[in-house]
Order: sequence, then structure tokens, then C-alpha cells
Amino acid sequence: MAFYSTSEFRGGMKIMLDGDPYAIIENVFVKPGKGQAFNRVKVRNLKTGRVVERTFKSGDTAEAADVHDTQMQYLYNDGEQWHFMDPASFEQLTADANAVGEAAKWIKEEDLCNVTLYNGAPLSVEPPNFVTLTIVETDPGLKGDTSGGGGKPATLETGAVVRVPLFVQNGEVIKVDTRIGEYVGRVGK
Amino acid sequence: MSAASASDATPWRPSATREALVARAGMLAAIRAFFAGRGVLEVETPIASRAAVSDLGIDSLSTRWAGPGHPGGLPLYLQTSPEYAMKRLLAAGSGPIYQVCKVFRDGERGPRHHPEFSLLEWYRPGWGHRALMAEVADLVRALLDAPGLAAEEISYRDLFHDRLGLDPWHTDTETLRRVAAGQGIGGAQWLALDLDGWLDLLLSHCLEAGLGLGRMTFVYDYPPSQAALARVRPGPQPAGERFELYLEGMELANGFHELTDEAEQRRRFALDLGRRAATARATPPLDQAFLAALGAGMPAASGVALGLDRLLMVKTGAGHIDGVLAFPVERA
Repeated sequence: MAFYSTSEFRGGMKIMLDGDPYAIIENVFVKPGKGQAFNRVKVRNLKTGRVVERTFKSGDTAEAADVHDTQMQYLYNDGEQWHFMDPASFEQLTADANAVGEAAKWIKEEDLCNVTLYNGAPLSVEPPNFVTLTIVETDPGLKGDTSGGGGKPATLETGAVVRVPLFVQNGEVIKVDTRIGEYVGRVGK
Repeated sequence: MSAASASDATPWRPSATREALVARAGMLAAIRAFFAGRGVLEVETPIASRAAVSDLGIDSLSTRWAGPGHPGGLPLYLQTSPEYAMKRLLAAGSGPIYQVCKVFRDGERGPRHHPEFSLLEWYRPGWGHRALMAEVADLVRALLDAPGLAAEEISYRDLFHDRLGLDPWHTDTETLRRVAAGQGIGGAQWLALDLDGWLDLLLSHCLEAGLGLGRMTFVYDYPPSQAALARVRPGPQPAGERFELYLEGMELANGFHELTDEAEQRRRFALDLGRRAATARATPPLDQAFLAALGAGMPAASGVALGLDRLLMVKTGAGHIDGVLAFPVERA
């Protein structure tokens, strides 16, 4: 097992704390002039996304977490599991709803996703920053709800709902920024 | 033309603004004027010494000197403070002295830490630590050009009692662990610390940020285990006659009513070295010349070291020590 000492800690490093994998966000050295040195480390729990602060005695170590990111192609959902394939090795993996999380409402077959693996199993799935999806339901009228900034809700083929401009119609393909969940534009046919 | 010249690839510019460089030069001039006006002699002592500090919280950088008698190279330690050498001058009858110098600490780097930094250290024969605290306040007012800056004093015991409801003289590690966890220090349940380590944790994580806001806060009279080179005042509650100055949530200075008892100094050195050996830390050679000077008789005195880079941070409003350094270690 690999261990990192506090002087090696840096942003992005993955370590194990209390049995869970964490990503280091920030590592600050704190020390009284005469006395014990500490490292105040900000970490994100890779399972829950929660950010917490953890203090180490300088020189203490943490076990390296077997966590790495890989690009995988989304194949299909069998009703319970999401199936992904490594486009280079054709190796396939399945991810459960917990790992796929919010990505489920954006991805469709053949999309390339960033899959974070922990001990070889998917821990989280990030959709592409931009996806193109077909609108399956939206109010045909031009007179939408003006309270939300002039747009109207549109349901996409994956089930996600985004606000689109009033002129966008049923059956059209649009580009969406998944990081903020917003309509970017229409995609030409 | 090449795509990228070396000057693009290698950061060569200073990290301090010109304004910060000017502030540093002004501070050095003001220090010299302050002590000239008070009859304190400026001195210089070696930066590289054959002996090193034994303090458990401080590690030395070292280098080698190949010279007459030492063809294989003699290890020389870069000073972590000019304390031992300046005390030898006091023992030799120097009278009040001060020094501005670079000091070095291994392993230290952060927003307020840099492996080499500038220290102002001075000694007042015949003074107690409380009298020296008043002079530190005068100097800081002069250097910050803030004649109205107020100063408050609080004992280490009162500080912990008032802010955390505990008495550092009568507590134990499990109580301190509970307090640390209650204060929201992440991972407190996993830390392996001795009593002083826990007190350092609480001071640095829970108390320091609130000290010296808009005024100078002097914390004085430390637990004997944290006396370092201070004399311990005997009594029902013995206290190390030591003080620290905090300003804007930052430790700026550390002072002692100096220990001058050679036997007690030897005992503390031996204690440090024993604890270093027990934890597989380096055990550097002790400063025998310093011990000899104590044996010959060093006058009663108080002394203090003040971090000039941090004082410059306060003066210039820099949030990071790199803001007052020309070239931090990453581009040194």
C-alpha cells in the first residue's frame, strides 16, 4: 500500500480517510513558532461530495486511495445498472444509480463520460460538459411562462427538463451545458 | 525566433511589490533608529554554526564546510535563531544588544512560513519579561507608524480559561481531545498528541485568529513544559516566564525572561535530545560554548525575537508571506 506524508499532500491527490476515498482540495501548513506543526487539509468525500476539513500532525501519513479517472462510453441501461465500455480495451463495467447520480438525466447511448473508478469499480460518473438531446415534450405555444425569464420548460429524451426559448419546438435537437443544466442552442439537422 | 524564451518559462520576477520592498527598507531603517536612540548595540553573529538547536518543534538546515582541519567537510548548521551566540555576547559583558538576521527552519512552508525568514532579536540585561513586552509594544508602534495602537496583556492560563473553559495546568490529553472535537477540529479523534501538542492545536486552530484584532495582544506566563529557554517562576503554579505577541490573528514575536542556570539548561537539552532520539529524529550537536558561557555567568536578562516578514505582512496588508519576499523558495 502506498502512503503519502503531509508534505506530499497537494490538490487533487486521492487519499483514504475513515474507510472512504477523499480528494485533497487544499493543504495549509500551520505552526506555532515554538511547538507542534500541523497541516489543515480541506478534502472532498468522493462518495458523498461533502467537503470537510481535516487536521494532521505534520509528518503523519494517509493511505493512497486507488482512485483514478477514465473516459468510458455509455452503452445502455438495463433497468437497474448503467453499462459502460472502455473504448480502447472494450472492457465493460456497470455502475449503479448511486454512482451515476445526476449524470443519469443527461447521458444517452454512445456518450463519452468521465468515470471515476475506486478499487476498479465506478464511484462516480460525469456526463460530457455538452450533450445534444431531442426534445420530446414542450408547450407548442409561443406564449410561455414569463416568470422564469421568458422561456418555457422542455422535457428531453433522457427525462431531463430544461428551460428553452419560446421558439424551440417539439422534436428539435438542442445542445445543453450539463454543468449548469442550461440550454445552449439548437443543433442544425 | 524560438516559440518560448527562457524568461517566459522560468518565473524570475519578485513576488513582492515594489511598495513592499520599500516598506522593508523603511522598516530596517526605523529599527536601527529605534535602538540607536535607546543605546542598544547592533551585533552580528554566525549564521552557520557547528552546533544546532535541540527544540522539538524546530529542525535545522545544514551545510558542509571543507577547510583547514576538515578536509572531509565539517557539518555546519544554519541558525534557527541567533539566541545562543547573542547570549555568549551578553555573558562577555556586551550590555543590551540587537541583531537583524536571516534564520532558517527545515520543513516549514505555508502562507505564514518560509524556510528562511528575517528575525529581529534583542536582549535587555536586568529586565523582566513584562518590561520587555512594553518595549516590544513601543517598537511595533514605531515600525507600523501607529502611535495610538493599543496593547493588551493576557496570561496563557486566562486565555484558555476565558475562551475554552479549561486550565492548561490542570487538564489531560483526553479532555483536550474532547474540547478540540467540540470546537470542530476535523480528525481530532485520530490525532496522537502529547499535552503540549493538544494545547498547540487549540491555540493555532481556535484561538490565534481572534488574537490581536486592532490591537497588540501579549500572551504571557506559559506552562513550564513550554518554557523553552525561559526561566520558570517557582510557586504553587509555576510558570515559564515567556511571552508571545499576536497582531491581526498572527503570532509576531516570542520572548523570554532568560534561563541563565547552566545546570537547568543542560537538563532541558538532555530532555530534548532524549525525546528526539525516542522518535528517531536528528540529534544535533549541542552548543557547548553557549553552556560554557552560562557556566561563566550570564547576566539576568530578557530577550525577544520578532518576525519581520510577518510584521511587514501586517504593514502592507499582504495575506501571504510571499507578498513581502523578493524571491520565495520556489523561485529562489
